[in-house]
Amino acid sequence: MKYLDEFSNPEVAGRLLEEIARTVTRPWAIMEVCGGQTHTIIRNGIDQLLPEGVELIHGPGCPVCVTPLETIDRALAIAARPDVIFCSFGDMIRVPGTAIDLFGIKSQGGDIRIVYSPLDAVKIAQENPDKQVVFFGIGFETTAPANAMTVVMARRLRLSNFSLLVSHVLVPPAIKVIMDSPAHRVQGFLAAGHVCTVMGTRQYGPIVEDYSVPIVVTGFEPLDVIEGIRRVIHQLEEGRAELENAYPRAVVEEGNHAAQQVINDVFTVCNRAWRGIGVIPQSGWKLSERYAEFDAELRFEVTNIVAHESAQCRSGDVLQGLIKPNECGAFGKECTPRMPLGAPMVSNEGACAAYYQFRRTEVVGIQ
Amino acid sequence: MSEFDLEGWTCPAPLRNQPNIVMGHGGGGRLSGELIENVFVPAFAGTQLASVLSQLGDAAVFDLGGARLAFSTDSFVVRPRVFPGGNIGDLAINGTINDVAMSGASPIAISVGVILEEGLAIEELGRIAAAMGVAARKAGVSIVTGDTKVVDRGHGDGIYINTSGVGLVPAGCDLGPHRVRPGDSIIVSGPIGMHGIAIMSVREGLEFGSDIRSDSAPLNGIVSNMIASGADIHMMRDPTRGGVAATLNEIALASGTGIEIIEHAVPVDEDVRAACGFLGLDPMCVANEGKLVAFVAADSCEALLDVMQRHPYGRGATSIGTVVEAHPGVVVAKTAIGGTRVVDFALAEQLPRIC
Repeated sequence: MKYLDEFSNPEVAGRLLEEIARTVTRPWAIMEVCGGQTHTIIRNGIDQLLPEGVELIHGPGCPVCVTPLETIDRALAIAARPDVIFCSFGDMIRVPGTAIDLFGIKSQGGDIRIVYSPLDAVKIAQENPDKQVVFFGIGFETTAPANAMTVVMARRLRLSNFSLLVSHVLVPPAIKVIMDSPAHRVQGFLAAGHVCTVMGTRQYGPIVEDYSVPIVVTGFEPLDVIEGIRRVIHQLEEGRAELENAYPRAVVEEGNHAAQQVINDVFTVCNRAWRGIGVIPQSGWKLSERYAEFDAELRFEVTNIVAHESAQCRSGDVLQGLIKPNECGAFGKECTPRMPLGAPMVSNEGACAAYYQFRRTEVVGIQ
Repeated sequence: MSEFDLEGWTCPAPLRNQPNIVMGHGGGGRLSGELIENVFVPAFAGTQLASVLSQLGDAAVFDLGGARLAFSTDSFVVRPRVFPGGNIGDLAINGTINDVAMSGASPIAISVGVILEEGLAIEELGRIAAAMGVAARKAGVSIVTGDTKVVDRGHGDGIYINTSGVGLVPAGCDLGPHRVRPGDSIIVSGPIGMHGIAIMSVREGLEFGSDIRSDSAPLNGIVSNMIASGADIHMMRDPTRGGVAATLNEIALASGTGIEIIEHAVPVDEDVRAACGFLGLDPMCVANEGKLVAFVAADSCEALLDVMQRHPYGRGATSIGTVVEAHPGVVVAKTAIGGTRVVDFALAEQLPRIC
């Protein structure tokens, strides 16, 4: 797989960075929406190579990080049941709930399984007819088609022992909330490439127009990210605000039609709470009426569980780009990947974890 | 480490916020370290050679009857028991040979303890035992004592193996973090991450087609050539669980020096890189079972590389970085595009039960 080398080629990176340096005449603040891009930026040190004054603000695009505490607590309550096999993406296992995480539930005897593909959870349900199998279906638009396929398959296989705990979130409403916030400083966006692979780019046109803000659909390898930054900078310097696609090898304007169809069949738009940010109207998906029988929250009657977030954790400010992770008082002290207070310190894609993992020599000398 | 304060610890004590053992405690990373430091070391204190334990090397090194002995033990719980490039049997022999060899010693004798689960096919046990015999003969090490226990069905995964080994440390050979110093070159003996990915490729629920085979191999031969070369070697370690990242971090912390590596100099096979790419793993954090990391005085580096590259298990040996005075205890990588990043321990278990 050659793409790994080609998209981190140092000579090309150097040329793009030089062009950025030549183009920039004043400070700019650009938000990369997606946690995958944050990871690439920090892991490769891209922000260190940008001209002074060009600031990258890390957006709320880590699905693990924005899954509300309440949903985590509900997941933990379901996972602790002796009749349940609880399946999840690996990242969610260590996200702290109010009292414990899924690892803790596992050590107390809970049957927790990490799956790479959501459909593996359906297979586990087929193989364990005497158990209730629950899949923790989180993520942005990117993971929605595969998560949706689980209930389509479960219905086709007439599985009565499979259900989905859904906490899906959507990118465009989050961008609007950021732009509507009086405190925001964002002047341009790198939009999340994989979200657009599924949904296409059309949803972003109105945002560009309404807010006069450049949006460049951007990929995830180092050169992808640098190219996205280069294009946003050009637009800003030239006073343009347009929608551009810098990730054409994966994104077309209309997106993936088959994926959109299954999403529309299985999910319906709802209000959704984002961890650290609060409820954003029409910013999530829940199971549609047609698939309500597969809703784990209803099946296990956990909708009465409510939770309150740590007052110390400023993940909300981090996720909105108002502060950098190391500007939070708990960063690296009360809050580390080993004992995280908030979700951004947990996930690989979380801004706090990325700072802690890759940058801690620079920030207050934490070792 | 500043993030972990020892105040209020008693022994034996449950880990704070973690009253039970979680899989990560066996991962060789930070959680394992906390368990050893806070439960085992204090509990085992007060014996004559307790200071040997607290050095926490791969092998304990101490004088006995005029000889300098290296002694190590390791348990193997890998799942699945058979994987591309080996099985739990040869892995158990090679693993202990390598732990002994990293002290510079020649491994001489090995013990084998097996815990068998009721129902395991004797035919499979036979194949595992045969593989252990082949591995021992190939490495020139004798299996001299053993033990067998059987547990009820459902209380073990077919077979668990513990091996212990002893070896003789050559006169004048003193390796360890205390000898690591700024300016040292850091060598890795070949492409990394192969064992972990080979296991992953046949894991239930995750099988993916690949030709990646475990690098499981005895390293006593190459180590003996390295020692005999007279190169000024300061320290060696085999980067098993937690991979090269964990090994470099452990050494940086134990030696109080900083480590700087050139990320694109770290050898990773194309297939391993691709698999890590789609699994979301960092090859630096993936386990090896037939590689070593050596710290050597810079002026000996070229000569040592030459010796290593002539050995079948060191053909891909290459220098990946240097020891520095800056950022003591921290490993920093220069990235391909010219940035820098900290290389940390993988905190959570990336691949549980790989050895």
